[in-house]
Amino acid sequence: MEPLGYFEIVIRVLYQFTPVWVALAIVFATSMAFKRRLGLYGKLFDSPIGMIGFALVMFWVFTGIFGAMDMIITHDPLSQVSGMKNKVPGTVLSGAGEGEYGWYLLGGDNLARDVFSRMVTGAWVVVQIAPLATVFAFMVGITLGLPAGYFGGRLDTLLSFAANLILAFPVILLFYLLVTPEIVDTGVPNYMATVLFVFPIIFVGVLLNSRYYTMPNFRTPLLIGVLGVMIWIYLSLISEVGSKVHLLPGVLDIFDIPGGILVVFVSVVFVNSPTVFRIVRGLTMDIKTRDYVAAAQTRGEGPWYIMLWEILPNARGPLIVDFCLRIGYTTILLGTLGFFGLGLPPESPDWGSTINEGRKLLSIYLHPALPPAFALLSLVLGLNLLADGLREESLKD
Amino acid sequence: MGIFILRRTAVMLVTAMCLTFIVFFLTNLFPNLEKLAKTQGNFRMSDEAVNSWLDSHGYLQPLPIKYGQWLGVLPGWQFETDDGITGRCFKGTKTAAEAAEARGFCGILQGHWGQSTVFKDEVSTIVGIRLALTGKLMLCVVLLMIPLALVVGVMAGMREGSKLDRSLSTFSILTTATPEYVSGVIFIAIFSSSAVGLKWFKGTATSAMDDANFVNFFLPVLTISLYGMGYIARMTRASMAEVMTAQYIRTARLKGVKFSNIVMKHALRNALIAPFTVIMLQFPWLLNGVVIVETLFNYKGFGWVLVQAAGNNDIELLLAVSVVSVVVVLVTQLISDIGYVYLNPRIRIS
Repeated sequence: MEPLGYFEIVIRVLYQFTPVWVALAIVFATSMAFKRRLGLYGKLFDSPIGMIGFALVMFWVFTGIFGAMDMIITHDPLSQVSGMKNKVPGTVLSGAGEGEYGWYLLGGDNLARDVFSRMVTGAWVVVQIAPLATVFAFMVGITLGLPAGYFGGRLDTLLSFAANLILAFPVILLFYLLVTPEIVDTGVPNYMATVLFVFPIIFVGVLLNSRYYTMPNFRTPLLIGVLGVMIWIYLSLISEVGSKVHLLPGVLDIFDIPGGILVVFVSVVFVNSPTVFRIVRGLTMDIKTRDYVAAAQTRGEGPWYIMLWEILPNARGPLIVDFCLRIGYTTILLGTLGFFGLGLPPESPDWGSTINEGRKLLSIYLHPALPPAFALLSLVLGLNLLADGLREESLKD
Repeated sequence: MGIFILRRTAVMLVTAMCLTFIVFFLTNLFPNLEKLAKTQGNFRMSDEAVNSWLDSHGYLQPLPIKYGQWLGVLPGWQFETDDGITGRCFKGTKTAAEAAEARGFCGILQGHWGQSTVFKDEVSTIVGIRLALTGKLMLCVVLLMIPLALVVGVMAGMREGSKLDRSLSTFSILTTATPEYVSGVIFIAIFSSSAVGLKWFKGTATSAMDDANFVNFFLPVLTISLYGMGYIARMTRASMAEVMTAQYIRTARLKGVKFSNIVMKHALRNALIAPFTVIMLQFPWLLNGVVIVETLFNYKGFGWVLVQAAGNNDIELLLAVSVVSVVVVLVTQLISDIGYVYLNPRIRIS
């Protein structure tokens, strides 16, 4: 077999992404067809910037999902093939067996692994962690920011002080302090997880209770069901056999978070929540002066009902926009962690780690470092453009 | 105004105390101390040996007391051994009489920052040298970033919705979406690798520590500036666009004032109030960029020291680094608050 030329590499890479193109085409065709009925999401397809952003984001989401399903990658992202160390893009795989893909499309890295497959697998790491961590940060920020803004007073002073405290910490120093193996041994991140992951339960509990407390016959079974499942997930999330927090016996523990991921997750949530808190607090202070809040107060609604069912829905516009931006920021933070080799295992294919490995040989070999760099750049750019498009469209009405 | 500054300063001091206490707590957790004992003594120490080493170096005292000693509000520890007395406030062993004389306060309030275990030097000298190097870097960044950001923001905001606005806004979104470790890698690849062959700049800034010039210093400065400028430019654009819709601008246009005069004389001053706070609040963020860029370009400044200290659990150095960075963050917040009140007549007069 011949080594591939640049034109052929491009064609073959594009071909490898076939499932992604198909999925993107389906999503865009259906969304365009029904865009008038889809609310804010539909309006996104009126703005070219928003559409480009959405396409970039969905490209990486689908790449992550299909990559994890083995539909895109050409080789195992962790296996090393002798003779492929630092080989340029399009090199023929030495000693390729039957049924193996014959080339390293984007070349081999310093440990003779396929750069293309590692980049695709790296997307899965981001797609798994970034949105979920952002959701958790929002849960924490909303659960604390609403009462701080609504009640004000001492509670507000205290919570704002704590938020400013975390914000004044240089992020990298915080990462270094939380993610080093010695600290992980003491269980500090596990305890932090125990505290931070309670917030979604509180949020959902209060949300449902404040809505349905007038109908106890419906509310009680609903709360027992929902909270039961959530607490079970919570316990199996935080309790890990062999770590400091070990509450559930192994049988009931439905899943374990692989080592390091939990720590990374916790530190990213911890860094993000104070900013969300400040935004929610500001929005709440603004919205609580509106007439419909006064009307609800006159009706005799409880404070939590007003916060969660009157104020929060009306704050959704800015929050959705910030959510997109924050996923991008979380992606950057994950990359930073990888770049400094913190938390994730060293052979992990996430983009930050691969950039860090690739940069060491950058003056001679460009191909190991550049694909993950451009991948991260395009995903974050997509999220920023998407946020911009959403902001523009939500301001129109 | 005076009371406002006093209150802010008091809150700032409390914040700084809390933050340093957190760092103190985290660096003094037992596994960290154990590692310290093993790197300072020898790696095959038994648990008792580790304990006695820690005890004789004052690490086994209760945390608040240790923190007080480090801060300099409690007298430093002294420990009796067979040879004499060792203590926090002096080196080596001394006799009981000498030790009693040397007993006293020695914490950061007295200027005693301790000894670095990695660099085998006084922490204050290390931090001083490295901070000067980073200061040089930051100065160049500020000189490049702020004019660039303001020019881009004002140009984009003066005709909202125009082609120029669209392209400049996209450019600023692109820069905010490119973290330093991505743009730095791309710049090194394009401008300094032998694979592309341009070789306009150097890929490392190590030589810039003694002798900074355009060739070895431009890439790190550009890398930090680009990531920081996007946000400032967008804020400037928003503020400029708002000012351009104001009544007095319309009046000026109807009077027939030249467009360039309107922008320069009428709009610019009012449009620059909001970006000022943003610029000040950007400094803590720049600190992150400094750490990444100094690692990437191997420029041995303050950020590099942070990585070394944190990676090797150099407790005293890490504490000093966090004190400095926390103070930088808090002081810029204070300046931004005061500046905002000062610049904005509506708040100043009420």
